Amino acid sequence: MSKLLELKKLSVHYQNNKDIVKAVTNVDMVINEGEVVGLLGESGCGKSTLALSILRLIDPPGKIYGEILWGGNNLLNIPEQNMQRIRGAEISMIFQDPFSTLNPVFKVGEQIAEVFRVHKGSSRREAWKKAVEIMDKVHIKDPADRAKDYPHQFSGGMKQRVAVAMSYSLSPRLLIADEPTTALDVTMQKAILEVLKELKTTMLFISHNIAIISSVCDRVYVMQAGRIIEEGTPAEISNDPKNPYTAKLVNSYKEISI
Amino acid sequence: MLRKNKLFIFGLIILISFSLLAVFAHMIAPYDPSEIMENEIQGPSVSHWFGTDDLGRDILSRIIYGGRVSLSVAVVAVAVALTLGILIGSIAGYFGGLFDEIIMRFTDIMLSFPTIFLILAIQSVLSPNIYNVMIVIGATSWMGIARLVRGEFLSLKEREFVEAARAIGCSDLRIIFRHILPNSWPPVIVAGTLGMAGAILTESALSFLGLGVQPPMPSWGNMLMDSQAYLIDAPWMAVIPGLFIVLAVLSLYFVGEGLRQSLNPKEKQ
Repeated sequence: MSKLLELKKLSVHYQNNKDIVKAVTNVDMVINEGEVVGLLGESGCGKSTLALSILRLIDPPGKIYGEILWGGNNLLNIPEQNMQRIRGAEISMIFQDPFSTLNPVFKVGEQIAEVFRVHKGSSRREAWKKAVEIMDKVHIKDPADRAKDYPHQFSGGMKQRVAVAMSYSLSPRLLIADEPTTALDVTMQKAILEVLKELKTTMLFISHNIAIISSVCDRVYVMQAGRIIEEGTPAEISNDPKNPYTAKLVNSYKEISI
Repeated sequence: MLRKNKLFIFGLIILISFSLLAVFAHMIAPYDPSEIMENEIQGPSVSHWFGTDDLGRDILSRIIYGGRVSLSVAVVAVAVALTLGILIGSIAGYFGGLFDEIIMRFTDIMLSFPTIFLILAIQSVLSPNIYNVMIVIGATSWMGIARLVRGEFLSLKEREFVEAARAIGCSDLRIIFRHILPNSWPPVIVAGTLGMAGAILTESALSFLGLGVQPPMPSWGNMLMDSQAYLIDAPWMAVIPGLFIVLAVLSLYFVGEGLRQSLNPKEKQ
């Protein structure tokens, strides 16, 4: 397996006049081609910040340090314009809350079509056609009609399907899924996970839920307070945690599920 | 939704008929607006529906031609104000920081001048013709729109769909004009229609003071000015242009409000 993405000593610091908040510290991570990698950790530990920093979407005063190696380039050194070409086309992202990631004034079809218009320069009609096709792929029924609806006419699960469709529409080489099921109820969680598995793409899957991580991921990183503290297969992590924090995290899940 | 809004329909009908009157003024008006008849200061009659003014000109014809002037001043002035206001407000709101500070302090300075005096000062330097009136009104009324747009942008740029748009690779300009701006249309359109109402009033005030549209070209404002000496003897000379100003302004308010409601996608169905 070849390395697709490698993070070397990646840190994200937020600094104002007085003090520094270290959201992510010295993270080393490798994502190989075809792999689904999990990132497990409690809320507030820096998972989403790490995900956003890979796309260089950290706003000032936040600063990213270290290296993000992608196809031999360090993404932290390339100009913003090149980064825009990578976002959505080569690396794309699914956000946690489908209720707020869709723009309320656009038809759903237009939002998916936007990806083709931005990256491929497609005409309005052509982009719309592709949007309908991709909606069919994530199992939205009557895609040609549903594409004309506005986001508020969609249920949460359907919105997340749209978000998946948007992020997958250009067949990116890496998909970052930032807690894609957290805002959904259990049956919808299952449906979205099925859709994500069907895509068979390299994925960084972020969650605080070890059960979900175990069901989709080949390998897991455990994060605590901005640092990676353990790495292994889902089975190793849940059966034989090396780090006491991981053990606690795993146990707390077992307690809840009883 | 919009079809059931009676005030909106009323406003729209009034505005459409005023616009048609303005566009086809040369075909509809019964007389030349500057033609002087034998009988001055004549009350409404069959041959002169709205009567004649102090020089014996047909008031109906002058109202129709005056509408052409007043409405086109309003439309162009608001177009100028919207363009300036949206550009300045969206850039300040989206980029923030020092840039925002400088732009908004400039806006505050512009706001601190009483508009009418600012316009009077500018107009007394420029030659008072209809094009200068349009541009000056536009150039002195963009501040409210800029603030409004900036405020919208400040809150909208933090929304997650903006981050999602960045994550699919949209550039800053595309995010500003395609993703954020359409979300701020409802208040901007309301401000635009109200601004148009305001521009009609400002044009009237300027023409009333003699610094706006110059006679013999009729505008609703300078017709009001002509009437002031004859308020007791010929009240129709004041009432009729006044009525048209009120109707136009009121219709713009109704249409603006109706549009605001219908532009909210949640109220569509």
